[in-house]
Formats: sequence, structure tokens, C-alpha cells
Amino acid sequence: MQTQVLIIGAGATGTGVARDLALRGVDCILIDQRDVNAGASGGNHGLLHSGGRYVFTDPHAAAECKAEGDILKRIAPQCIEETGGYFVAVEGDDPAYASDFPGYCAKAGVPCREVDAHEARRNEPAIAESTFAVYEVEDASVDPFKLSLENVADAGRHGGRYLRYTRVLGFDMERGRIVAARVEDMRSGREYRIVADEYVVAAGAWSGGITAMAGCHVDIVYAKGTLLVTQTRMAHRVINRLRTPGDGDILVPGGTVSVLGTTSLRVESPDDVRPTVAEVDVNINEGMGMVPSLADARFIRAYAGVRPLVRSGKPSGSDRAASRGFVLLDHEEDGVHNLVTIAGGKLTTYRLMAERAADLVCERLGVSAPCLTAVRPISPSDEAEWAEPGVLQKQNWWRNHDRDDYLLCECEIVPKSGVDSIIATFKDEAEPPRLLAIGLRSRVGKGSCQGAFCGARITAHMHDRRIIEGREGLDGLREFLGARWKGQRPILWGAQFNQAELKEALYFGLVGMELE
Amino acid sequence: MSDRTYDCDLVVAGTGMAGMAAALFAARRGLSVVQAGSTGEIVFASGLFDVLGVHPMAEGRRLASPWEGMARLAADEPKHPYGVIAPSRMKDALAEFTGWLEAHGLPYRNGGDSNVRVLSPMGTVKTSWAVPSTMWAGVEALAEKKPCLLVDFEGLREYSARQIADTVGGAWPGLRTVRVEFPGTPMRPLLTGIMGQALELRVTREQLAEVIRPHLGDCACVGLPAILGIFHPGTVLAEMEAMLGVPVFEIPTLPASVPGLRLKNVFEGHIGTEGVDLMLQRKVLDVHRQDGALHVSIGQGSVERVVRARGMILATGRFLGHGLFAERDRIRETVLDLPVHQPAGRSQWHSLDLFDPAGHPVSRAGVVTDSSFRPVDEEGRVLHEDVRCVGTLLAHQDWMRQKCGVGLAVGSSAVAVDAFVAQFSAG
Repeated sequence: MQTQVLIIGAGATGTGVARDLALRGVDCILIDQRDVNAGASGGNHGLLHSGGRYVFTDPHAAAECKAEGDILKRIAPQCIEETGGYFVAVEGDDPAYASDFPGYCAKAGVPCREVDAHEARRNEPAIAESTFAVYEVEDASVDPFKLSLENVADAGRHGGRYLRYTRVLGFDMERGRIVAARVEDMRSGREYRIVADEYVVAAGAWSGGITAMAGCHVDIVYAKGTLLVTQTRMAHRVINRLRTPGDGDILVPGGTVSVLGTTSLRVESPDDVRPTVAEVDVNINEGMGMVPSLADARFIRAYAGVRPLVRSGKPSGSDRAASRGFVLLDHEEDGVHNLVTIAGGKLTTYRLMAERAADLVCERLGVSAPCLTAVRPISPSDEAEWAEPGVLQKQNWWRNHDRDDYLLCECEIVPKSGVDSIIATFKDEAEPPRLLAIGLRSRVGKGSCQGAFCGARITAHMHDRRIIEGREGLDGLREFLGARWKGQRPILWGAQFNQAELKEALYFGLVGMELE
Repeated sequence: MSDRTYDCDLVVAGTGMAGMAAALFAARRGLSVVQAGSTGEIVFASGLFDVLGVHPMAEGRRLASPWEGMARLAADEPKHPYGVIAPSRMKDALAEFTGWLEAHGLPYRNGGDSNVRVLSPMGTVKTSWAVPSTMWAGVEALAEKKPCLLVDFEGLREYSARQIADTVGGAWPGLRTVRVEFPGTPMRPLLTGIMGQALELRVTREQLAEVIRPHLGDCACVGLPAILGIFHPGTVLAEMEAMLGVPVFEIPTLPASVPGLRLKNVFEGHIGTEGVDLMLQRKVLDVHRQDGALHVSIGQGSVERVVRARGMILATGRFLGHGLFAERDRIRETVLDLPVHQPAGRSQWHSLDLFDPAGHPVSRAGVVTDSSFRPVDEEGRVLHEDVRCVGTLLAHQDWMRQKCGVGLAVGSSAVAVDAFVAQFSAG
């Protein structure tokens, strides 16, 4: 397989690089060992930062957030809800920290408006009665999966190719250049080579491992963060705690739910991270100070991501204080002339990161086409359509649907036609999608049943359509339910425990999947 | 609050399989029974009557005989509730229970000394002991690998004949599938309960046979999802077999299922004729002791009736049945706040692997009892002389993975009722 640029890692940055290059007319292939947003891009709050969080520690990053946030609101409005955000200080928080906030915002160029605490509680009844200072900022929520899927789809429209479950085994090197990447299709086990002129590593927490295969060194520390999803949306705006960053200090709305975060824990490896009971409890106990109803909220699931922090050399106090700025590493310095790593940063600045990486690659390729991602909107695609909730409302489906187009997922309202349209986007792939891939591209499995019923129905549907055969249905269900379980296990109490018991009665009591 | 107090021998809390068995056994032994619980819990049952299907669990070994399995289980896991249920008592209790169901139009067939193998709706093979008679031809067909036509329906979401055949694969080469329109209703999605109701009508049965007949070919039997009538499954099955000229059988479906609905209807419709005072959609709100008797307040939100009882059976189930409730940091029993045997903390409740063959530690949480199912404290002292706990509420069992749900419900209820009968006649 041959291309101009091979991009490794299909998170926000990698998908952004693919779109950027494709828009400049550069042929590229994007690969991922799993699928879109398998790392930090899928394990964050879905916050489009106003910059407010960084005004004290990193005013440069804060200004970058403001500028990039404005761009993304223009080019990808379908992925963003302009919720606005509050920074709130409650009883026990440092009043000096709170009163310094607007001044730092002004210095960083981050818009900020003081709001009367009573008015704020009228607008957001969930915030604590003891709130004594509130500032409004331009935070927004962004759907990271939809965003990355849109990037991939738009790259595809311009000739880019995307290969899932494709991992790098090593590089063939010759005179300081990579001549080919040796890769494996992890589903079929087939090994082959991808020959490219330039190679971009955008593998987040896995970047160190990939670049090491080319004999280069990227020093990354792994900070694991655990977040929780509530069953209902608890606030209209993003609610930030106005104090030194810590656990349970942010509640971000995401469609019909809210996301509470975030713990920070240094881990040795980015592989197989999962949220723990202790992290869940710490988030709730801390978050309750800001939003007291979190104490009795019903949580649907938890998830964990690994923030890749590129070690800058400067000693720093904690991982939270470490730079959220990004680094573009030209491995020329390590003696490899066609390898670039783009790492660090944050979701809000992914586009800028992609632009910088693409600029460097284009310069080397002699491509003079300018970057278009800051000005050209991403047209909504079929690939990303079902990632967000409430699609049927937009389509007027309820009043006007075919009799045989019934719902396969009732918690999150996904009809057969929705599942079929996702399946259709895989038509050019050698392997049919599995249940997990459909879940990644839709709300399937994300509601209160956590896949118990929709998983069974979609599996049955895929057998009926002969998309899968033999025991692939059971295998796909096992993989899907196992993945949902990671997020369910630490939040099982109250009503969600009962739901989980029903799922067990079904898949173990009746079907006996544990014996298969 | 009402100031009228009713007297009875026994209050049964719970209307699942265990509560129904306990109320039935008690009433038939001459005890006056008040039973309270929600309606419809039992529709979550698959309709299969498991006694003991797997042991040892961690090895995932399917048992050829539940009775030999019970002996080994009692030896390997002495704390398991089966440790105090003699296999002979279990057999008698199951015979009494299924005999009563049959007398009310819901016959079951069992494997006698052996377990039977039944196809699940996902094409796996499930080990059980007794099945509704409407499923029996499927047990035989699977055992003999008869040429068989599996039928499914446009619009029935969780049931795919092709999925079943795909999953069974080469193990049953004579399996064919066909998808047809269910006659008489344009409804989408189709629900098994509606189909079961429709098949109570002869005209629907005739139309269904018409639809299936052209696809029969050389098939020696026909498998359908469990939809063959709700009130008269025997009649529906017999007519379908006569019209198609081959044995017909049902395959269990996901809940809420028609076989579960049939159990609900028989229980709710006929338990009263045994003298049980059934208070549906009511629960036990409070229990206190006065003058040596239990005063049990029953109602829906507010107290509607106070029952003075000589004893009480808790058949309130686990989490889904609301007999147990999981707080963030501990599991409690909901009626009497009985001590619950449980893992140390939430992080110990569940295994990291959903499919862990050893199961989840929390699945074995529950109420610990003495040999007649009276709840005990950590030292093994009986906490209430006049309360007994039965069914899945009990500790030290994993009914889902051991495939022992109905045996546990019926067997423990029988032993508990025996003990109450002896206790009441003694004093």
C-alpha cells in the first residue's frame, strides 16, 4: 500500500491531520490499532475550553483555547453546543482565588463576566446554595466522537483513507529514512507494508512506543483521568469549580447527560486503563460541594482516559500543572528525516496541532497549498450522523417513518435505519463492522440498559442481514458487553445495580454466555 | 391508617417464583396466608425450570443430572442453600408445584433423573431440568438432531432464527430457517405477548399454519419463538401440530416472555382458589412485634391493612425484585434490615471481567439462614424465630450461573413451609 503520508493514531489530532492534509490535496492513510478516539480523545469531558481553567497557570494555553474555540464553533457547529460556562466558588473555597479570576482572564484575553450568585442559581439551580462568587465564560460542550468521525469522513471525501484495527509492528529504515511501516490488520492477522514519503505519529499516550520503533525518543508521562456520566442532564452550562484544579471540579453537559470529572492519577502504561470505585467516589464526594444533587444522582457509567503529557524537562509540581500546550517533534534531531510526532495538547486545540504538523509535512513534501481547516466548515456526514442523541427529532422520524423501521435501541432512540446507515458506511471495508464499531458511531449501548437489549437486537439484525455469521454474533456481543462493563462496574449501586442484574439474568441465567 | 387488624398464620412477602411456591405450599397445608407483592415480576422468568445445571461453577461444567449435582454441591459448598434441602424433598416439592401448574392448564415436562438441553434464543444450549410442554419437542429435536425448520417473524426484534442456526452451526446440520409475516397484525415492532394473545384465536393459528406450510419441505419438526398462546398453550400447540403434521415446539425468548406471562396468569388467577389472600401491587411497609405476634403493615405507599401473623416468609428476591438494595457502600435487606452477607466494599462486589467463570462475589451476597431458613446473625444465632427467607434472597448461591433458580425457589419454600407447619402445630 502506498501513500504520501501515513498518520498513526485516529484520535482528534490524527483525524485532524488527515483532514488537513486531504484538504491540501495530499494523499494520506490514517491507521489506528483500535478505532476512532480510543485514547484520550474519547476519554475526556467533551469540553470546548473557554480558556478559563488555564488563566492562572498557562495564559498562553488559555489564549489558544479562546482562539481555537472560536474557530471550531464556526467550522464544526454540528459537534458543538454553545452552552456557556460558570466558574463557581462555594463555601470553603479561597475567596482570594475567586476574586483574582477576572483579572487573570482579562490578561489572557479570555472573556469573563461576573454574575450575581442569586441570578446564577436561578439559571442553574443545581449549583450549591453556599455559592459566593460566579463568573460566566464561553465554555461549550463538544462531542469528541462526532468531531473525529466528521474529520475522518471529510478526509475521505478528499481522498484520505482510514484503516481501523491496524497496528504498527515496526518500520523499515534506510539511511535515516523510514521506507515503510510494517503493519498488521488485527482482525485478519494479515501483515503488510505501507510505503509513505512522510510519517506522522499522533498516537497520544502510545506515541512513545511508536517512535521508539524508529529509534526515536519521546518522553511522555501518563495521567489517568476518570469521569462519570449521569443519567440526566444536571445543568445547562458547564459548571467549573473556581479553585485550584482538583478532583470532581467540573460538570459538563453532553446532550441529554452530564459528565463529572476528573481525577488525575499517574500510571505506568496507557494500556487497559479502567475507572475504579475509589476514583468514582472521589469525584462524587468532591463534586457534591459544587453540585449537591450529585450525592443522589443516578450514574449510567464511568470511563477513564490517559492524558499524554509530554515531559518538557522543567520540573513541575503535579500533572495537572504540567503544560497542556502541545509539542511538535521533528525527529530529524534523532536522525530520522521523515518522521514527525505531534503530542500533548488538548481537545480544544486539536485543529491547531494538526495544522502545525501538516505545515511541517507539506514543507518537506514541497506542497505549498495552505491550511484550510480554520476556514472551511466540515459538512455533516453519514459516518458521524448517529453519534449524537436526538437524531430522530431532527429527521421528523416519529411522524414519518416506514412501518418496518422500528427502534432497535429504545434507551437512546436508534431505529433500524440508523443502524443500517452506519453499517453502510463500512461498505468499502474488507471486514464488516462489529457491534462495538456500531456502538462507537451511535448512542447504542449508552443508555440505562447499557447494551442489554439493543445489543441483542442489533446482533439479531446483523445475522438477519448476513453481515455476520457463525458465532460472530456471540463474539461481537461478548466484546461489546465486556467493553460496557468496564464503565458499569464502578457505578453499580441503586437503580443501575438492578439494571445490571437484569442483564446478567439474561446473558448468564438464560443464554449462559459465561459457558461459551 | 386502618385500625382493623386481620389475623393469619403466614404473611408471604413477594410474588416471584419463590413467593408463589411458598404461598401455594402453605395454603395447601392448611395455613391461612396473606401474600403481598407487585404484579408481573414473574414475567422476567424464562419459563425454564432449572434445578442445578452447572457445578463446579468455576469450571463451567454442565451437569447431566441435577440430583447427583446436588449431592456434590452440598459437599463442595456446604453453605449453599442446597445444603439443607434434601434431594427427595426437592423432587416432591417440584412435583407438587408443577402438578398444580398442570392442573391449571400449564403442563411441564422434565428430564426425570437427568437435565435436559434446550436451545436459547441466541443459539447457545442451556441446561435445565423441566420445560413447558410446549418446548418439549425442541428438547427431543435437539437431542436427535432432527431435520427442523426454525421460523421467525418480520418485526420481532430480539429473536432471529438465522442467528440461532448460525450459532448452532455444524452441530445441527438439518436446521433450516425461514422468516415470515405474522398473520393478522401490522404492528411493528412485534411483541411476543401480543403474538401469544393473537394465537389464542383459531383464525390466527390457521393463518400461521398456512404461512409456514409451504416452507416445511422434509422438516420433521418446527421451532417457533415462545408465542403459542397465553391461556391455552396446550390447545394452541396441539392444533398447530395437527395442521402442520409435524411436532412443533417453542424456543424461549428474552424477557418479558410469554412463558413468564403464563406463569403470572396461572398464579394470579388461581392462587386465590387455594385460599391465599393475594394483595397485588402492595408491599410490606413495616413489621413490628406485639404480644408475641408479627404485625405486618401492607399497602401501596400508605398502610392499607395490618396483618397479625404467626410467621412471615420473605421471598422478596434480589436487586431487581427489591429484596436487596445496593447503597453506594453497602447492601441492605429491604424489609427487616436483616444482616446481609456481602463482600467488604463496592470495589469487591464485581469481578473485573464480566464473564468471569467464577462469577461476581456480590452474586453470592444475601441473607444467611439456619437449616430451616430462619435468618441468623454473624455468630449463627437465629434472629427471628418466626421469619424465614427463601429463594434468591439467600446468600451463598449464584442462581444465574449455577442454573438453579427455580429449584432454589421451590425447594427452599417447601422446607420453610414444612418448618412453619411443624412449628405452629407444636405450639
